[in-house]
Amino acid sequence: MAKVLLKGNEALAEAALAAGCRFYSGYPITPQTEILEYLSWRMEEVGGEFIQAESELAGINMVLGAAAAGARALTTSSGPGFSLKQEGISYLVAADLPAVIVDVMRIGTGLGDIAQGQGDYWQLTRGGGHGDYHTLVLAPASVQENADMMAEAFDLAEKYRHPVLIASDAAIGQMIEAVEIPEFKEHDINKFDWTIKGCKKGTEQRKIQNVYYTHPDYEGYLTEKYRQMEQEQRYETVQVEDAELVLVAYGISSRVCRETVEIAREEGLKLGLIRPITLWPFPVKAFEEAKAARAFLTVEMNILGQMMDDVKLAVGSGYPVDHYGSIFEIPESDGIIAKAKEMLKKEGK
Amino acid sequence: MRLVAPETVTFTQSGFCPGCGHGLAVRLIAEVMEEMELSEKLLAIVDVACGSLNIDSWRFDTIMAAHGRPIATAVGVKKVRPENPVMAYIGDGAAYSIGMAETMHTAIRNDNVVAIVINNSLYGMTGGQCAPTSLPGQITTSTPKGKDPKKAGMPFRVDQAFTGLDIAYLARGSMADAKGMMQSKKYIKKAFEKHMRGEGFCLVELLSPCPTNLNMTPVKSVERIKNEMIPFFPLGEFKDKKEEE
Repeated sequence: MAKVLLKGNEALAEAALAAGCRFYSGYPITPQTEILEYLSWRMEEVGGEFIQAESELAGINMVLGAAAAGARALTTSSGPGFSLKQEGISYLVAADLPAVIVDVMRIGTGLGDIAQGQGDYWQLTRGGGHGDYHTLVLAPASVQENADMMAEAFDLAEKYRHPVLIASDAAIGQMIEAVEIPEFKEHDINKFDWTIKGCKKGTEQRKIQNVYYTHPDYEGYLTEKYRQMEQEQRYETVQVEDAELVLVAYGISSRVCRETVEIAREEGLKLGLIRPITLWPFPVKAFEEAKAARAFLTVEMNILGQMMDDVKLAVGSGYPVDHYGSIFEIPESDGIIAKAKEMLKKEGK
Repeated sequence: MRLVAPETVTFTQSGFCPGCGHGLAVRLIAEVMEEMELSEKLLAIVDVACGSLNIDSWRFDTIMAAHGRPIATAVGVKKVRPENPVMAYIGDGAAYSIGMAETMHTAIRNDNVVAIVINNSLYGMTGGQCAPTSLPGQITTSTPKGKDPKKAGMPFRVDQAFTGLDIAYLARGSMADAKGMMQSKKYIKKAFEKHMRGEGFCLVELLSPCPTNLNMTPVKSVERIKNEMIPFFPLGEFKDKKEEE
């Protein structure tokens, strides 16, 4: 398929259809609304079902029904709306149901604002709803990745019978880039026996409920499920091997950092970049490459440096870990380099 | 008289209290499904409260959905499997309190799902708190001095609130006696007939006893339906949209 120019949100929507998604229910909220708008006309063209739900709560619970009935089901939101989705995400997890939920992150707490942000990291990676769970989280950094990750997200969701989250942000959602939409795949709603379809006489009734009620070894089952999911670490590294200071950034911030590494190396400053593609599981394996590193610096569009926790767990206590944060704007290379120099100076060089 | 329950009633040990209305509703629904030859097709969505125990009491493919969301979940199911009958089975707290937005907007869109709402005038699973359907003066664990309509409002009447909406069917039956049961079954059947014809949203409310939380004997609990509930919650069909409309 030829490349086309699309907004990140639209590419994501079209790619969801290509991945066989035929059910969407969402609610308007900036900066994800283009997904809802795009699917409002496009879903019908491919024979799927689109519902503008009365709320994010209704939207995610419609998705739960559609997923239980066998569809590849999608909902999308941002910030305050993503918080409302947490009820349903927790229920999807509890009932072993696959679905894809996109958070096009905006900045801030409460209402926050509509500018790009990366402040939902904790909510995305720690299990944003009540209970004892994680979800797989994929973080695209370009319009093309917005498209490519949809099929992967649905495949992973079905592989583990577990919701998969996409951590996009306003910048990726709103920017226009050339993108190649993956080929269309058909999804069969009867592919899995466990989906509800009607109980034939003499056959076993299908019950979609908390697996706690039905699984003979609930603890063992979940322990093993999460152990397997933890193997799904995906990441990219850029000149990490000889880097004295390693930047850690995902999404749109990682694109800035890629350029930052180049600029710094021209000045003789050996920076590298670890870019988590899965936020959960956090790619601890990537840090094995950082053999020369003396310090780690996360670059995130939030104030508290939410990803530092995971970097500290990955590198242990022997290394300084700090945070370069930006709010309301995408981080800039100059500031990142200045912060990196300051950190290395403190470390005695 | 027919004393054999439909094959889809499981007879496994249930958690229902003696005199509870849920078992009655299970049987009525199962009989209607059998008569309409839909037993192998029905997709049911139950709420998390007492009604959730139905997942083990009937042999239909069933989702136990979040509190107040079964109607929304049913809409998602129906869109994916339009050929199957799809029913949300919920209580009055789910339908008219926490899930009111979902109930109302499903009605506004006239989505083609059946909602069976069990109205026992309180929250049963959590031990008998005040509900939007609790009667004035009703003593509950959260209105120990009796429900004060000035604070908590009058009992919510779906027949007053939803008849202005473009829905397919709205009826209220009672499960307090044999006559009420037969009438309720007719309403349930009619709802499913309209549903299978694709006419839209059908809601049947069933007045149901809850002796445990009302601190009454089962007999007193059904008498209360006739003497105290029906005056607030009239029985009958309130909306019956004709096919051609």
